[in-house]
Amino acid sequence: MARYDRAITVFSPDGHLFQVEYALEAVRKGNAGVEKKSAAKLQDSRSVRKIVSLDDHVALACAGLKADARILINRARIECQSHRLTVEDPVTVEYITRYIAGLQQKYTQSSGVRPFGLSTLFLGFDPYTGVPSLYQTDPSGTFSAWKANATGRNSNSMREFLEKNYKETSGQETVKLAIHALLEVVESGGKNIEVAVMTKDDGLRQLEEAEIDAIVAEIEAEKAAAEAAKNAPVAPKET
Amino acid sequence: MKENDFPAPPIPPCSTGEGLPCAPISWANSGDAWSWRVGTRINNAAGFYSDGNDFAVVAADTSAVHSILVHKSNEDKIMILDSHKLIAASGESGDRVQFTEYIQKNVALYQFRNGIPLTTAAAANFTRGELATALRKNPYFVNILLAGYDKETGPSLYYIDYIATLHKVDKGAFGYGSYFSLAMMDRHYHSGMTVEEAIDLVDKCIMEIRSRLVVAPPNFVIKIVDKDGAREYAWRESVKDAAVASA
Repeated sequence: MARYDRAITVFSPDGHLFQVEYALEAVRKGNAGVEKKSAAKLQDSRSVRKIVSLDDHVALACAGLKADARILINRARIECQSHRLTVEDPVTVEYITRYIAGLQQKYTQSSGVRPFGLSTLFLGFDPYTGVPSLYQTDPSGTFSAWKANATGRNSNSMREFLEKNYKETSGQETVKLAIHALLEVVESGGKNIEVAVMTKDDGLRQLEEAEIDAIVAEIEAEKAAAEAAKNAPVAPKET
Repeated sequence: MKENDFPAPPIPPCSTGEGLPCAPISWANSGDAWSWRVGTRINNAAGFYSDGNDFAVVAADTSAVHSILVHKSNEDKIMILDSHKLIAASGESGDRVQFTEYIQKNVALYQFRNGIPLTTAAAANFTRGELATALRKNPYFVNILLAGYDKETGPSLYYIDYIATLHKVDKGAFGYGSYFSLAMMDRHYHSGMTVEEAIDLVDKCIMEIRSRLVVAPPNFVIKIVDKDGAREYAWRESVKDAAVASA
């Protein structure tokens, strides 16, 4: 097997592209969707943003190698403006996802380069219909649309949680669902979560720590209430 | 504050930019825009400085001309570069649109990359740099007046001509109309003008152009930028497009 993971242009006998799979591993090691590795006390946490806006109506969250993310984010931002310049239209979420996925794929089929070690979640609103969308790409360059998704470490458990609890929600309820999913897997609770909300009219807004704490407290309270209800002594039945 | 009788009154802290009223509309080149602006010095302790006079005004003619034909007379040549910047451009039609849109998208890209908008000075220098780079290969024939408002430094106006001259000015104008506009502004401009006074001066310039320039453009657009952002202020139309008669 060792011979087949050197250059990624090479397939292994059983049809694997090992470099791509290793890149996916790198993604799995990355912190979950919007979990922030507890910043060192002296570090300015505002400079460690995992959710960034690409244009007024499109944003990106990623998991994996941060340095690779910077490159892809820069390319995405340039493409957003370039698209506006050439066709006088803002990009759709699908277009920019396809563009970045295409870029990720190029790096799986070129010699002397390694794939980007990150999966990205593209979110945004269609500039004309106003319909929101969510797309995910991965190092192999595949992309697809989702109703809800998670990426990075423990993304499987988060995705399971989302599958169980997903409802068409809007506004605050959606934020609560996302934070709830994250709390399932994040060790240190609310302090290490970064949350951003994108609205059609106001673009991307990062939530303040106080706001996040408030929602976390709400969730904890609901959880406690649910626990209490479960453990309440069963009323003796009359036989 | 008395109006000076001297042709060159002291510069008040107000800033306005206008062009057309004072300058005739370019008749040889399609879409000449003249603007002038009176700079406002934030640190100026002059007594007549008052809040609310922090603005920059630009005006431009709205004729799109090709040789002897007027394609349209409601062509907006003042682009809103970002929330607090205006770029009034005149010259070769293709270059005008191409260059200003290019600048606009690069200014937007800067904002997304860095999380904060460019200052007016930075945008002006970037624009000049692009003109300078292209100058000895494939020059853009575009004259620009860039007006902007920065929270820290207030309003400002930059004169950028097609061979990449850059000047920070209080008032400026381009085109054949500039001969008339600059004279008008020299006579009537003073620092500390209110918006009403400034627009009045714009109108004076427009009147001058309309009466003195041989092929004066009929219509003008006036835009203003202040702390609340860049926006259209008014149109001055003497020729409206005729309504299409129904069959």
